[in-house]
Amino acid sequence: MTGMTGMTAQQCLEAHHRRPPDEWLIGFARALRAAGLHVTADRERTFLVAVSQVGLGERRGVYWAGRATLTSSPADVERYDQVFTAWFTGRPMETTHTVPPTVRPPVRQAALDDDAASGAGPETEDDLLRARASGQEVLRQRDVAALDRAERAQLARMFERLHPLAPHRPARRHVPRRTGPVNGPATLREQLRRVGEPGPVRHHRRGVRTRRVVLLIDVSGSMSAYADSLLRLAHRFVQAAPTTEVFTMGTRLTHVTRALRERDPDRALVAAGAVVPDWSGGTRLGDALAAFLDRWGRRGMARGAVVVLFSDGWERTGPEVLGEQMRRLRALAHRVVWVNPHRGKAGYQPIQQGIVAALPHVDDFVAGHSFATFEELIEVIAHA
Amino acid sequence: MLRGMEQAFTSPDDVTATLARTGYLADEALATVTFLATRLGRPILLEGEPGTGKTALAESLAEALGQKLIRLQCYEGIEATQALYDWDFPRQILHLRAVEAVAGDEHRDPKQLEAELFDERFLLARPVLRALREAPCVLLIDEIDRADDEFEAFLLEVLSTWQVTIPEVGTIAAEHPPLVVLTSNRTRELHDALKRRCLYHWIDHPGLARELDIVRTRLPEVSDTLAEQVVRLVQRLRTEGDLIKPPGVAETLDWARALDALGAGSLDPEVAAATLGAAVKYREDGERVRAMLDRMLAG
Repeated sequence: MTGMTGMTAQQCLEAHHRRPPDEWLIGFARALRAAGLHVTADRERTFLVAVSQVGLGERRGVYWAGRATLTSSPADVERYDQVFTAWFTGRPMETTHTVPPTVRPPVRQAALDDDAASGAGPETEDDLLRARASGQEVLRQRDVAALDRAERAQLARMFERLHPLAPHRPARRHVPRRTGPVNGPATLREQLRRVGEPGPVRHHRRGVRTRRVVLLIDVSGSMSAYADSLLRLAHRFVQAAPTTEVFTMGTRLTHVTRALRERDPDRALVAAGAVVPDWSGGTRLGDALAAFLDRWGRRGMARGAVVVLFSDGWERTGPEVLGEQMRRLRALAHRVVWVNPHRGKAGYQPIQQGIVAALPHVDDFVAGHSFATFEELIEVIAHA
Repeated sequence: MLRGMEQAFTSPDDVTATLARTGYLADEALATVTFLATRLGRPILLEGEPGTGKTALAESLAEALGQKLIRLQCYEGIEATQALYDWDFPRQILHLRAVEAVAGDEHRDPKQLEAELFDERFLLARPVLRALREAPCVLLIDEIDRADDEFEAFLLEVLSTWQVTIPEVGTIAAEHPPLVVLTSNRTRELHDALKRRCLYHWIDHPGLARELDIVRTRLPEVSDTLAEQVVRLVQRLRTEGDLIKPPGVAETLDWARALDALGAGSLDPEVAAATLGAAVKYREDGERVRAMLDRMLAG
C-alpha cells in the first residue's frame, strides 16, 4: 500500500506484471497487513497454496481464496475489498477508509482539561512519606473529573493496585471435595484400582465458574471527563478476568475488549482510543444499547452475565427507547448495575429522563466518580 | 472410499453442482472456500446470522460425498471427555466382577487384568475421536462460540495434528484428515490462533433470487406464487422490518411449509398473521410485523 502511493496507477500495474506471481501475491498480503488486517506469515503461506489450487487466471478465484485465508471477521472484508481492488486493478484506494486512524488523540488526552482544581495536594505536608499516604487518601475520595495532570498520573498508578474479582456462579460439573455428596464413579474407580476391594468413599460438590462481566461505558461529551478513569478500570477487569467484555457507547457502539487485552494500561488505552470513533460526541444510549443486545447480548454475551453500565443518563433520543432496551437487558442479564458519576455528589436527584426510564430495570444504582467509589463498585460486582 | 478429501472435488463449480444435487445452493464464494478446504485439508470456519445455512452446509457435504456426518454440539462448559473419549466405568466394574466370579481362587496377574480393563471395547469414542478413526468423514463442530476458551485451545491442537493420545491405548491418528466445518454465531470473538488455522467465511442472508431458488428446490410442492410472495416478504422484513431477530432461510422454509400445509395458494394478511409464528419468534417482532403486514402485502 505504502509503496504504491508514490507511483501512478499505470506504473504500479506495470511493476506488478514484471514480477513473479508469488512475489506479487505476497505483496498483496503485505498490503493487507499494512491496511490493518491480522496477516501472519503462516496465513501468507496458506494464501499462496490456496491460490495455486484455484489458479491465478481467475481473478474471482484469487479474490475468494484471499478472503477465506486472510480475513477473519466481517469487519475485515471492507478493507480487504478496497486493497484487493487497488492491488489488482491498479486503481488508487480511497485513503479515507484505509489509513489507520493514528491521528486521533489517544484516550489519555481525551479528558485532559488543565483547569487546575484546588491545590490541596501533598506539597503542604512536611513529612514526605506521610504526605504521600495522606495525599493518596485524599485522591481516593476526589472526583476524578476535577483532577489536574499530576494527580491524574498518580491516580493512574493507583489503578494498578486494583484487583477486581469476577463474580461466581455454580458450575454444571462437580469437582472432587473431601466432604459433600458421594461421588459414585470416583468411588468405583477407587475400588477398581484395588481390584474390586472396597476403598475410601469419594465425595464431590458443585464447582464454581466465573460469571461474565460486561462493561458498557458511555463516552459521550457529558462523560468525557470520566472516560479515562473508566477505561482504566475496565482494563483492570479485562486483565483480571479474561471473560470480561467491554464496549463504549456514544453515537454508536464499539467493542474495545481486544484493545484492552494489552497488558500495559497506557498502551491499552491508546489502542482503545484508536478503535473508538465517537469520543465526546452525542449520546444515543437507547440505540447503542439496542445495538449491543441485537448484535452481542441476546446471542449469549449478556445471558447470565453481570452487565455494568457507566453513564450519567443524558439521553438525546427519547427515554422510551432506553426504557424498552433496559427491560430487554434485564431479561437477559443476571444482574444489571448502573454506575452514575453524579450519584455520589451532594444534592443529586435521579431526574434525567434517561435515568428515570432505566431505573425500574436496574438492580444496583451506584456512584462512580472517585477512586473510592470504584473500589466499592468492584465489591458490588464481585458479590453480584 | 479410502481416498482422502483432496480429490473430492475438481473445481469450485464442481462443488456447486455436487451440493445442488442434495438441494443446497452454494454461491461462488462458499463453493471456493469449500473447494479449498478439501484441497488444503483445512477446517472451514463459518460465521453468520442464525438460519443462514451454516449447519446445513456440513449436512449437505456429507450427503453429497456419501460420507458419515459426525456432529459435536458445543455448549458452555463442554470438556474434552465429551468431545474425545471416556472410559465406560460401569462395564469395567462388571468385567472385574465377572473375572472374579469365573476365576475363583485362581491367582490372576493384576497387570494382565489391567490391560484387559483398558481395552478398546471399554473406550467410549466421542465425536472428535470417532471422526479421526472413521475418516474420511465430515465433522461438524457446531456453535464453537458457546464453548469456553480452553476447549477452543484443545480443539486447535487436534485440528492441527489430526491425532489424539490416550495414555492407556496409545496415539490415534487420522489417515486422512476429515473435512471439518466449524460454525459460530459470534456471541464471542474466537481466538486468532483458531481463526488462522481455518478458512474463514462469513455467510450472509441470501438475495431474493437465491432464496427463491432455495425455497423452490427444497419445497417443490409449494406453489410458485406462494413461494415468491413469502420470499419477497421475508426479504423486506429483513431490510425494513427493524426486527429483534430477522427471519433466516430456515424460517422462510418453515413459513412456506406452514402456509402450504394450510392449503394457502397465495399469501393474504389473515393467513400470514395466523402462521407468523413460523418466521418471527419474538412477541415484539410479531406485533411489529402484524402492523406492517397489510401495508406490505398491498404494496
